[in-house]
This record gives sequence, structure tokens and C-alpha cells, in this order.
Amino acid sequence: MAAPPQVQGRAPAPALPTGRGIELLLLAFAAVIVTGALVIVEANQEQELTTTLLWLGLAYLGLFAAAHFAVRRWAPYADPLILPSVALLNGLGLVMIHRLDLADAARAAQLGNDAPGSLVLRQVAWTAIGLVLFVVVLWRVSDHRMLSRFGYTAGFAGLILLALPGILPSSISEVNGAKLWIRFGGVGIQPGEFAKILLIIFFSAFLVQKRELFSTAGRRFLGLEFPRARDLAPLVVAWGLSVGVLVFERDLGTSLLFFGILLVLLYAATERVSWMIVGLLFFVGGAVLAYNLFGHVRVRVQIWLDPFSDFQGGGYQLGQALFGLGTGGVGGTGLGAGRPDLVPFAESDFIWSSLGEELGLIGLAAILLVYLVLITRGLRSALAVRDSFGKLLATGLSYVMALQLFVVIGGVTKLIPLTGLTLPFLSYGGSSLVANYALVALLLRVSNAARAPLPQRPSVPQTPIAQAATELVQRPDLSSGESRGAQS
Amino acid sequence: MPELVLQLTRAGFLALLWLFVLFAMRIVRSDLYAASGLRAIMPGGSRAARRSGRGRMARQLLVTQGPLAGSRITLDSRPILIGRADDSTLKLDDDYASTRHARIAPQGEDWYVEDLGSTNGTYLDRAKVTGPTRVPLGVPVRIGKTVIELRS
Repeated sequence: MAAPPQVQGRAPAPALPTGRGIELLLLAFAAVIVTGALVIVEANQEQELTTTLLWLGLAYLGLFAAAHFAVRRWAPYADPLILPSVALLNGLGLVMIHRLDLADAARAAQLGNDAPGSLVLRQVAWTAIGLVLFVVVLWRVSDHRMLSRFGYTAGFAGLILLALPGILPSSISEVNGAKLWIRFGGVGIQPGEFAKILLIIFFSAFLVQKRELFSTAGRRFLGLEFPRARDLAPLVVAWGLSVGVLVFERDLGTSLLFFGILLVLLYAATERVSWMIVGLLFFVGGAVLAYNLFGHVRVRVQIWLDPFSDFQGGGYQLGQALFGLGTGGVGGTGLGAGRPDLVPFAESDFIWSSLGEELGLIGLAAILLVYLVLITRGLRSALAVRDSFGKLLATGLSYVMALQLFVVIGGVTKLIPLTGLTLPFLSYGGSSLVANYALVALLLRVSNAARAPLPQRPSVPQTPIAQAATELVQRPDLSSGESRGAQS
Repeated sequence: MPELVLQLTRAGFLALLWLFVLFAMRIVRSDLYAASGLRAIMPGGSRAARRSGRGRMARQLLVTQGPLAGSRITLDSRPILIGRADDSTLKLDDDYASTRHARIAPQGEDWYVEDLGSTNGTYLDRAKVTGPTRVPLGVPVRIGKTVIELRS
């Protein structure tokens, strides 16, 4: 806390407050918002308003308060805005999934079917698991720099996790045409979400180790310096494998994500624009190749260009999402008063259009700003932290969220072709949620290192200077002392 | 639900969401200034900082140790030169001091001490002064056998 300036050799930098109080306050605010959202949904869906809702809100606050105390215990200087932003996004996601559950149940009742399983209960369970992982990561990773020692291990583990669903038989790994799952019983996880974090750790550690090679040794070509091939080899292998595996598993969104991460980390590590140019050329080449090679990519592009030409077929989902956003307009229909359930996968890939229909442009802009706060705080930690590995790690972790946001929202709003990715914390999906909690825990760890005061040197008890005797530093040779003094 | 209540909750919820965003932005802003050291721009902190600063601005320089102990120099906006040279503001008669030993100069509301390449160095409390360093009130600056302090 801001102590009065102590007697020190240098003027102390103004001490940053730890911000834990602000964090708790904002968490309580988020709990109020989420509880309010739940009450509005229940009221608009003609459900009975009971005190249970209040208890649910308190339970939500309790969960995040536990996370808050873990932060207080293990990362006391961490950024105070990251956890509340995450809590708000996750809470809004839960409310929206619950709202879609209600709609599904109502429709099932209308058709005389059995009520479908509740998604929100699963998602709440995943949230709890995610928060447990969050606490464990904060507790076990006491310093982010220790992760750099496991760079190659993390990269290897990440590649295995990525490749696993591609190797496993389709009955276990395939859902809706994308082979990126591992399912046991009713529970499915997407190992790719965890591979994302592991590969960011690997890329950061690798780039820090080889940083000099990337920015010094190189060959000039067309006015740009390119690194030697052998320096690049491990990186290219890792990239090629991840992209290859992803193409094989038919998940182009994640493939794009990995490529983007690698490019940004290279740029952040070397500050060379040539990497961006090379990367964009690679991207254009890859996109053209994918368009020509894969039928499902062509379908996606066709839908993107004109979703209404095949409205009853492939364009139905995107078309309905656009209608939903249009219905929402500027102010939205009000939570629980719209029909977001008309969009297939309204709770996962298309939760953005569900929120847009019921909260409107004003609400979407607010949510986008919450994401923006989360991402800029991550990038700010990257700027402020003192070691290069931490810088790259925080950049990668923040950027992966930003890119995911762009790819998903761009896809839903028909800015870019649709690729199947989830919105961090909002969308329904256990693996994504749990992995993102681990990601945020690492981000908090880095921001803790960035904001913590420098370790103080142990103070040796000293006599007050007024009573201290003058120390004889140098035997005064009067003439030389005089001449040196005169020179100065 | 009645239409009016629906509209009110709808607007109220959006307002609440934006309130959260604005609150977060406010913290982002205050952090921004805290990190760059520009405290004066912070709306809340500026007044407190200025209040505490005005009452405790350095007004005089007091020699607490050495042959000249007890002498005072009233500070204005001009820098104070310390050394054995005749044109020093504080002329020391001290074998351990150099001809032009140190300078204490104001910058804004603070005073900074700067060593002018002296043989035996200038010490702010216990630390050797290497570059211009802010001198807080009441912190001893040691030059040879002489110790000076800034007082309000």
C-alpha cells in the first residue's frame, strides 16, 4: 500500500495498490448483474420467481469469491480487472445457456417430447471444474518462469493432445464432422483447447531461447532478412504438424488460431515486419489450397458469400443468426423475450447472435468492451513484466483470446467465413471453459510478476547517519585531491 | 410480464452492464497514470497529493553536520551549488569535498541532488548519488564531513 515515502536513495515510484479490494467489489458487481439477468430471464419466460434465484446468485458469488481468495493468497499483486471480467462473461454465458434450455424444454413440451437434458447444469459443473483448475494452476505455478524449462515437454505434450483425436477412431472422436473430441461415456473433451496453452508455452520458451538467431543471423532476400532454415526447423515442424493435424481433423478454425498465434509471437519476439509479410503470404497460400482441396471449406465460403441462396440448407444457421441480430437491433428484445433458440447451436458457436438478439447492439458493445478490458490487461501485463518469456507468454495468451473473439464474432456477423470456434467463457463447452480458466490463471501469474514491487534488499541495521562516523574512503593525498577536484 | 416492466428491466440491465464497463475503464485509467508517475492528472489523487505537497515543500536548506552546522540557506527557484569553489552557494572548507562537488536544483516542486563528478562522492542517506536524484524532505545529504537536509 502507499506508505509515506521512506528514506531511500532514490525517489520511490508511486506504489501501486494491490487492487484486491477493487477485484472483490467488481466480482460482487458482476454477481449482481448476473443475478439480475437470471431474474429477468425467469420473469420473461413466465417462470415462477422464487428466492432460489437469489441463492443461485450467491452461489455464483461464492464460487468466484473462492477464486478471489486464491488470488489473494497466491498472486496478491495480480491485475484486479481480469478475474471480474472473466466472472461476468462466464455468468452471462450461464444465464444465456439456461435461457436456451428453457426454450428447448418449452419446444419439447409443445411437440410432446421428453424434455432434453439441461445444458446449464453441465456448464455449471464445468465452471466449477474450471475454477478448481484455476486455483490449482495459481497454486502450483508459483513463478511463470519455471514454465520455460518445460518448453519442449509442453510442445510435445501439446502436439500429442492435438493429434490424439485424429488417430482415435471416429466413433470416439467425431462430432458433427470435426474429429477433435475424446469422448468417454457422456463426457467429451476437446484436447485441442489444452494443446493451445501448451503450444503457447512452447513457442514462447523456444523463441526466447533462439531470439538472437532470429534477429541477427539471416539471409537477405528482396530487402527482407530471413532466418536460417535450421533455426526455423523446430518451429516449422511444430507448425506444420499442428496445421496438418487440424486439417486432417477438419477443424480449420483452430488451425487458423495456431497459425495466428505463431505469427504474432514471432513478430513480438523479433519485431520484424518481414515475419508478418511471410506469414500473410503463407496464409493466403494455405487459404487458396484449402479452398481447392476441401469441400467443406468451399461450402463455408459459399455460405459466407450468400447465406440466403441456400437458406433452407447450409445457410440456415447463419441466416437465422443474422435475422436474430436484426431482430435485436440497437436495444435488443430484452433477456428471455426473443427467439434465439431458432439458431442451431445457439448456445455454443452462435451464442453471440443469441446475446445480440436479446441485448442488442448496446449490450453486445458492452460485452465486447469487457473482452477488450480482459485482453488489454493481459497485453499490459506483457508490457510490464520484466522477463522476455513472461512477455511472450502473456502476449500469446491474450492474443489467442483476441483472435478467437475475432474469428467467432466475425463468423457470426458474416464478416469472415464461419469457422467452428467457441467464444472464451461465454459459449457452452466444457473443454474450452476449463482450458480458458487455466489460461487466465497463467495470465494472472504473469501480471502478478509484472505488478509486484521489486524484491527489497535485506536491510542491515544501520546507525542513523547523524551519529555515524565519517568513513575514510581514501587516504587524502592533498595535492591530488585538489587537482582532481579542480578538474571536476 | 407487463410490457412496461419488460422495457424497464431491459433498459436497466443494459445500463447495469455499461456501468460495469465504465467502472472497469475508470480503474484502467487510474492505473495508466499511476504507472507513468503522472499522479497529478488523477482526479481523486491530485488534490490530496497537492495538499500534502504544498504544506511540505522545501523552503530552506539546513546544514546539520560539519563545520558549518546550523547554517541555513533559504531556497528559491535557483539551484544551490556546493563545493570548495568561491562562487559556490554553500562554500565548504573541507578536505573531503571537491571544488565543485554537488548541485541541488529544483524541478517542479521537488529538489534534485546531482553529483558533479566529485572525488569522494555525494550520498543521499546511505546511497551514493549517481544521477539526478530527488531529495525528500528531512533526508540527509552527505558531502564530505558536511551533512545537509531540506526543511519545509
